Amino acid sequence: MKVMELNNVRKSFNGELDVLKDISIGVEQGEVVAIIGPSGSGKSTLLRCATLLTEMDGGGLSYSGEKAAWNDESGKTVYARDLKKIRSYFGLVFQNFNLFPHYTVLKNLTDAPVSVAGRSKADAEVTARELLDKMGLSDKADCYPCQLSGGQQQRVAIARALAMKPEILFFDEPTSALDPELTGEILKVIRQLAQEKMTMVIVTHEMAFARDVADRVIFMDGGVIVEQGDPKEVIGSPREERTRQFLSRFAN
Amino acid sequence: MDWGNIVQPLVYLWAQYLIYLVNILQQLLVGLWAAVQLFALTLVFSLPLGLLVALGRMSSWAPLRGLGKKRSSGENAPGKMVLALQRFKPVQLIVKFFISILRGTPLMLQLMVVYFGPYYLFHVSLSGYSRLLAAVIAFSINYAAYFAEIYRSGIQSIPQGQYEAAQVLGYSRSQTFIKIILPQMAKRVLPAVTNEVITLVKDTSLAFVIAYQELFTIAKQISAAQTTVVPLFVAGLFYFIFNSIVAWIMERIEKRMNYYS
Repeated sequence: MKVMELNNVRKSFNGELDVLKDISIGVEQGEVVAIIGPSGSGKSTLLRCATLLTEMDGGGLSYSGEKAAWNDESGKTVYARDLKKIRSYFGLVFQNFNLFPHYTVLKNLTDAPVSVAGRSKADAEVTARELLDKMGLSDKADCYPCQLSGGQQQRVAIARALAMKPEILFFDEPTSALDPELTGEILKVIRQLAQEKMTMVIVTHEMAFARDVADRVIFMDGGVIVEQGDPKEVIGSPREERTRQFLSRFAN
Repeated sequence: MDWGNIVQPLVYLWAQYLIYLVNILQQLLVGLWAAVQLFALTLVFSLPLGLLVALGRMSSWAPLRGLGKKRSSGENAPGKMVLALQRFKPVQLIVKFFISILRGTPLMLQLMVVYFGPYYLFHVSLSGYSRLLAAVIAFSINYAAYFAEIYRSGIQSIPQGQYEAAQVLGYSRSQTFIKIILPQMAKRVLPAVTNEVITLVKDTSLAFVIAYQELFTIAKQISAAQTTVVPLFVAGLFYFIFNSIVAWIMERIEKRMNYYS
């Protein structure tokens, strides 16, 4: 069974601009999918649809077989009434971290597990400290986000998402707000998660990283999937002219 | 030279003046206490009430949103009238109207309406309807309107990403507001709230229009009776000291909230 499945997703803003035109993506357990493509190609919107931040106009969405949204007779998306359980299936790492500035690093990691997932405080704290240790931030538990560098903040954000023990983790350009030096530390963490067989969907502009880490690369443009497949093929020797055109900018 | 003849009357005059001053001070302190009561009660009611008003002001409840959508799916676009009705947000509209009245008319007039209104408009005289109660009601409603707009600006300044992060983590809407948005809003609006609170200290003097025996009312009475400006200056000094304490307290709160930026 697929961990996440998007079927025939359509999305337009103000009924004019078609951002997503009938896109379907399924992600297998343990699979790492990288989505690449130019700005405005719909990558981020697709991720926002999958994480229920943006409502789809048409199409279906399910996690581990559980339906979050489906089409009614007229082909319009209908959402399940209770999405709380669905939200527990996935985590999302934002481009701008979006940590809670008034909470310490530890509280950022423990608050949702306690007050949303209903875990015990002690239990949540053990998990949080393990995750911080894994992120190399065990000494930052009592810091506030503003006291951390961008790279450290993003690692806290990854830890916060993992603390909810999601089945699948989405990344929306996780390194775009960071300078190249800090980008490395984030990519290292994601690479490590990939080795641990964490199911991930990563929207990124880091082509070399996508090629190395992903099991599958999806190239999107103009709201459609232009090409997808083995990263070495899609990025190394793309079949489509549009993909080649896009990638040539990164070669230089 | 007999110094006693000069010094004795001087001492006598001084003593008389001191008694006179102490007398004024005593009366003014009673007035100050009345002002402090009005000030404190107004804050107790207007600060939370303002939050309620702010939520109403931001209400996006539009009961007619679905109007005409089922019938005209696609083919014939709904008319202007229907579009306007779809956007009709009654709660927001009513709250907006009341805020505009409260901010657009003199507080002094509002005080008079609240105090004299029940009798002159509805011919009811309420037992136990004191001047203090009327003043607290008028001030609380008026200040709630101002606080509401301050809160609204604070809430709307919180980045959308905070809501999104909370939503993805599974926080409910009320959890998001109480745990994530409200604490950050409080920090952001504190300087503006301090401003209002300091204004409130001085605005308590407006309660003289309903003859509430507060600091300024009493100062004016003594001043008129004894044809001297001294009580007014002393009252001014009292307001200044009162406000210095308020400013000091607010500064302390602001510092305590500075643990993050």
